[in-house]
Amino acid sequence: MLVPLSWLKEFVEIDIPPELLAERLTLAGLEVGSLTYIGIPQGKVEGVRFPKSDHLVWDREKIVLGAIREVKPHPDADRLVLAMVDYGGTELEQTVTGAPNLFEYRGKGPLEKPLWTAFAKEGAEVWDGHSETLQRMILKEKKLRGIPNRCMVCSEKELGIYEDHEGIILLDDPGKPAGTPLQDVLGDVLFNIELTPNLARCYSILGVAREVAALLGKPVRYPSFEMVAEGSTIEGEVAIEIQEPELNPRFTLTLLRNTKIQPAPRWMQYRLRLVGQRPINNIVDVTNYITFEIGQPLHAFDYDKLKARAGKKTPTIITRLPKPGETLDTLDEKTRELEPHNILVCDTQGVLSLGGVIGGAETEISDSTTNVLLEAANWNFINIRRTMQSQKVNTDAGLRFSRGVHPSQSILGVKRGIELMRQTGGGSIAQGVIDQYPRPVQPAQVDLPIKEIKRLLGIEISIEQILDILWWLEFKAEVKNDVLHVIAPEYRMDIGSGVVGRADLIEEIARIYGYDRMYDTIIADEMPPQWANTALEREERARDVLVALGLRETISYRLTTPEREAALTPQPPLPRGEEERDHDRLWDAGSYVELANPLTPDRAAMRHTLLGSLIDNALTNQRTVTRQQLFEIGQVYFKREDAKLPDEYRRLGLLITGARRATGWTQDEPDAPVDFFDLKAMVEGLLNGLHIQNAQYRRSSHPSLHPGRSASVFVNGQHLGDFGELHPVVARQIEWESAPLYVGEFDLDGLLADVNANYPVKALTNTPPVLQDIALVMNDEVEAARVEAVIRKAGGDLLKGLTLFDVYRGDPIPEGHKSLAYSLVYRADDRTLTDKEVATVHQKIVKTVERELGAKLRA
Amino acid sequence: MLQELETIYKEALEAIASVRDSEALRAWERTYLGEKGSVYGMLRSIGKLPKEERADFGKRANEVKEALLAAMTEREKLVSAAELARDLEEGQIDVTLPGRPHPTGGLHPSTHTLRELYRIWGDMGFQVYRSRDVEDDETNFTLLNIPEHHPARDMWDTFHTTTPGVILRTHTSPGQIHAMRELGDEGNEPIRVILPGMCYRYEQVTARSEMQFHQLEGLAVGRNIRMSDLRGTITEFARRFYGPKAKIRFRSSYFPFTEPSVEVDVECFLCGGEGCRVCKYSGWIEIAGAGMVHPTVLQNGGYDPTQWSGFAFGMGPERMTMNKHDIRDIRYFWNNDLRFLEQF
Repeated sequence: MLVPLSWLKEFVEIDIPPELLAERLTLAGLEVGSLTYIGIPQGKVEGVRFPKSDHLVWDREKIVLGAIREVKPHPDADRLVLAMVDYGGTELEQTVTGAPNLFEYRGKGPLEKPLWTAFAKEGAEVWDGHSETLQRMILKEKKLRGIPNRCMVCSEKELGIYEDHEGIILLDDPGKPAGTPLQDVLGDVLFNIELTPNLARCYSILGVAREVAALLGKPVRYPSFEMVAEGSTIEGEVAIEIQEPELNPRFTLTLLRNTKIQPAPRWMQYRLRLVGQRPINNIVDVTNYITFEIGQPLHAFDYDKLKARAGKKTPTIITRLPKPGETLDTLDEKTRELEPHNILVCDTQGVLSLGGVIGGAETEISDSTTNVLLEAANWNFINIRRTMQSQKVNTDAGLRFSRGVHPSQSILGVKRGIELMRQTGGGSIAQGVIDQYPRPVQPAQVDLPIKEIKRLLGIEISIEQILDILWWLEFKAEVKNDVLHVIAPEYRMDIGSGVVGRADLIEEIARIYGYDRMYDTIIADEMPPQWANTALEREERARDVLVALGLRETISYRLTTPEREAALTPQPPLPRGEEERDHDRLWDAGSYVELANPLTPDRAAMRHTLLGSLIDNALTNQRTVTRQQLFEIGQVYFKREDAKLPDEYRRLGLLITGARRATGWTQDEPDAPVDFFDLKAMVEGLLNGLHIQNAQYRRSSHPSLHPGRSASVFVNGQHLGDFGELHPVVARQIEWESAPLYVGEFDLDGLLADVNANYPVKALTNTPPVLQDIALVMNDEVEAARVEAVIRKAGGDLLKGLTLFDVYRGDPIPEGHKSLAYSLVYRADDRTLTDKEVATVHQKIVKTVERELGAKLRA
Repeated sequence: MLQELETIYKEALEAIASVRDSEALRAWERTYLGEKGSVYGMLRSIGKLPKEERADFGKRANEVKEALLAAMTEREKLVSAAELARDLEEGQIDVTLPGRPHPTGGLHPSTHTLRELYRIWGDMGFQVYRSRDVEDDETNFTLLNIPEHHPARDMWDTFHTTTPGVILRTHTSPGQIHAMRELGDEGNEPIRVILPGMCYRYEQVTARSEMQFHQLEGLAVGRNIRMSDLRGTITEFARRFYGPKAKIRFRSSYFPFTEPSVEVDVECFLCGGEGCRVCKYSGWIEIAGAGMVHPTVLQNGGYDPTQWSGFAFGMGPERMTMNKHDIRDIRYFWNNDLRFLEQF
């Protein structure tokens, strides 16, 4: 909300610089997002900092208050006039201008009352009013259609006040002499205040002024809420019927007869423009003005139109919920279909307006209106918010009502509004107010034991200070038996009752007392029991292991689309036993958590797999690098038919592609692309790093993976992950054209559950080892894991090491066979092995592999 | 033969004088002192001499051998010194050439920050408690004192799912309810936890706002938790996170689930409060929303608000990372461009 300092000062004396006031307001919860300066220089206050403003500062000598004494025609141009300006000098300055709002004074001779305006002398800096872009200029003498001109009467745009203008700025008599520096007349600061929802009472200049008053310890100068009512009574002219008092707690009306619709006075138009409102006519402007001034929105009806609708009888205003099928044509030129919760202002003939939000077109004020019926009502804020959302309408009235306006404000608004209408348009106000207030709201009362303040704030504030703060905030407060008995001011809706009311009051006291006066304490309360968060610790350990393996962590959007993920599974997973599927979180058949209101179509459902995220990341990076080694840890989400909330599992995803090593200038290492065994080494490295034992690798049937070059990991019989080359069909679908992608996905919760925290460490022995190599030729289909298992079994305790160092196919090995070569390490922990012992074990291995695998020693 | 021995001796001494490197020295050793070398050859052929000459010859031959060994040891010193000098002189490389690249892994910047937060808060007795991303409306809003249709709901633009009443959590605050109910033993046990997690908002993604981000909420509930403790605790945190001179301030604010509510600012650690681009020339950087747990929320967590009290705070790890490293675009975080990630 924009708050002009000049307007604020009408309600409270401000004797501190605007920058300091902004700081005080911000600390008290009214965050001043920015300050907009009009004409005056930015101030500097010790300890308070704002961004440097680049606004136009009006030169005190060269931009001054001017009084146009006469408007003469330009001899050679119809669209220019000569303004004779008194700028406090010895003679009038003739100034050529094209301002259309001077044309009506052209050739009328010396003016009875001068036209007050802003006058810029030669050399003054102003905004260029004729430039499309924001541009400054220095005034220089030049001829305009033959007439020399060196000064200027300025528009709002040229002064940098606002864009929208109709010629030069014209002011009501400022009560200051011509030649006064314009800074002293129009210099101003706009406070751009961001209000949190609890500060509904501050959606007006007066509301902010009350806060300023409490902060500065100054009284509020309230405007007059009296109306000069000299016409015959309003009784009998209109009736009110409230059908839903919960939704419409109060409805008030006043009547102004025989008035004239005309432009609002200049000061009112100027203020409305400062806060971003476009002036229309005095009646509409007053409704807006009151809305911004005291925060009570008003609505004006053309009384005669209402009366005509009522067949010349007394109109009755009815507030009610819609009847089925009812519609309303609103001021924004829309025909609205009304919803069952939309509270309406109606008469006997139908709907007049959407209560508290927007008026209807039919009974609005027109230029020919003479009798104005003014409404100030009160509405349930929750219902108004709902209506604004469902009807997709946003108005200044609706904004305030949806945050909460207290019913006590209606009577103030309807009286002050009608009086301002009378002052600006003439006519006579009917005596009395029609006021329906079926359920009066009592001001909030709170009993707050004094010790609660210390219990919750931890600081000592004296009772005198507390009472002082509450007094400035217009609370009524007294202390009895160490309990504060407090009555909130009637305009406040944010003070609750019971324990909530106590918290509300404590916050008010703390905020005005100043959090900067609060000191630090150390928690004196007992320390709750501390426990080990094993899941998190293991997860972080997994990250460390993966980083040590050379992988880079990514974190991705967890939103995707089912279609995007479907592209990762070219064919459905192979059918599996039901029992197996039930216990396997990696093969989940749950459905997607889908968004009802996605922001973009490509982020419409919560992911089922990390593979999509990792592949997207690989695609992103493909543009800049060829070598990628990535991992991600994060949730996947499966919706269940039988539960409201989905299952969330933590998964680990891996992706590697491109050169095995990073290449540099030395070029002494081959940069072959990674393959399955690079990824497998990482999987093994991860399991070793986490001390997960007994992992088994089997051929995988994961639908996203190459069926021949992928594996599933099982630990203690449980399926915990799949990894391998991305299925070529998937690679084609995602348009991956570089070196093959190797990916993997693991059930992280399952993996971490298998971590053996108490893993045993082998003793170190110094007995000498005996090293022997063995090369075995066998059928190609025999899996390496099987060979290793058989060798280990046959080798028994003495076989301490087994390393595969060669896999060979081709001449002289027969077709369909392969040779596997291992280095074996034999050693006993307690003695030096004899040649004979070694030979015996070695022979046993050779015989066993021959018997069990059909393997023969390679010649 | 003695004559021959003397000739060999002389020749050997002459030869060693011209030995310049260890290879030549080894060759010299083989020639004269090796098992097949001349001196040993002479000694082996001692049997060819008449008996009476053998003793003298043997004695002389041993003298020669010892002398040659000594000469060799002497020469070895010279040679190795010369070789070292040569190596030091000639073995220079261009040390300004770049090192051989060695690919390394690394953590995501958000993880770095989260770990730092876990560590600091852990030291202060706050333990990590995690809860779900997909929440019900009730826990995300209603139980946190944000009733349906209440204007306070405007503070969070929410992603709704197709299941009515199920949303993506807009903040980690629902974790407060879970933690109180799970750890509070029906309002009888104190709690000190931090609640990290991913949150989601229906917000256009720009350089300054994201639809997905981490939050880290803190919650302390006890029989004697005061707002000044909140101040002291956050000051302590700020000193550990931003440095021992860190200064904080409280600004009054509003959150439905705390009262009093404050925004916590830390004096800009980049400009020292003088005003810079990062602190938007205010000298302060917002680091947390905080406050005393609202009595209604305490009640919903199972605690009696007249006997128990608590404070809560919420921080944004990505914002904190951005401020620390002058990152100007929040979209870098989930875009996972390696050129960004590899800087951490």
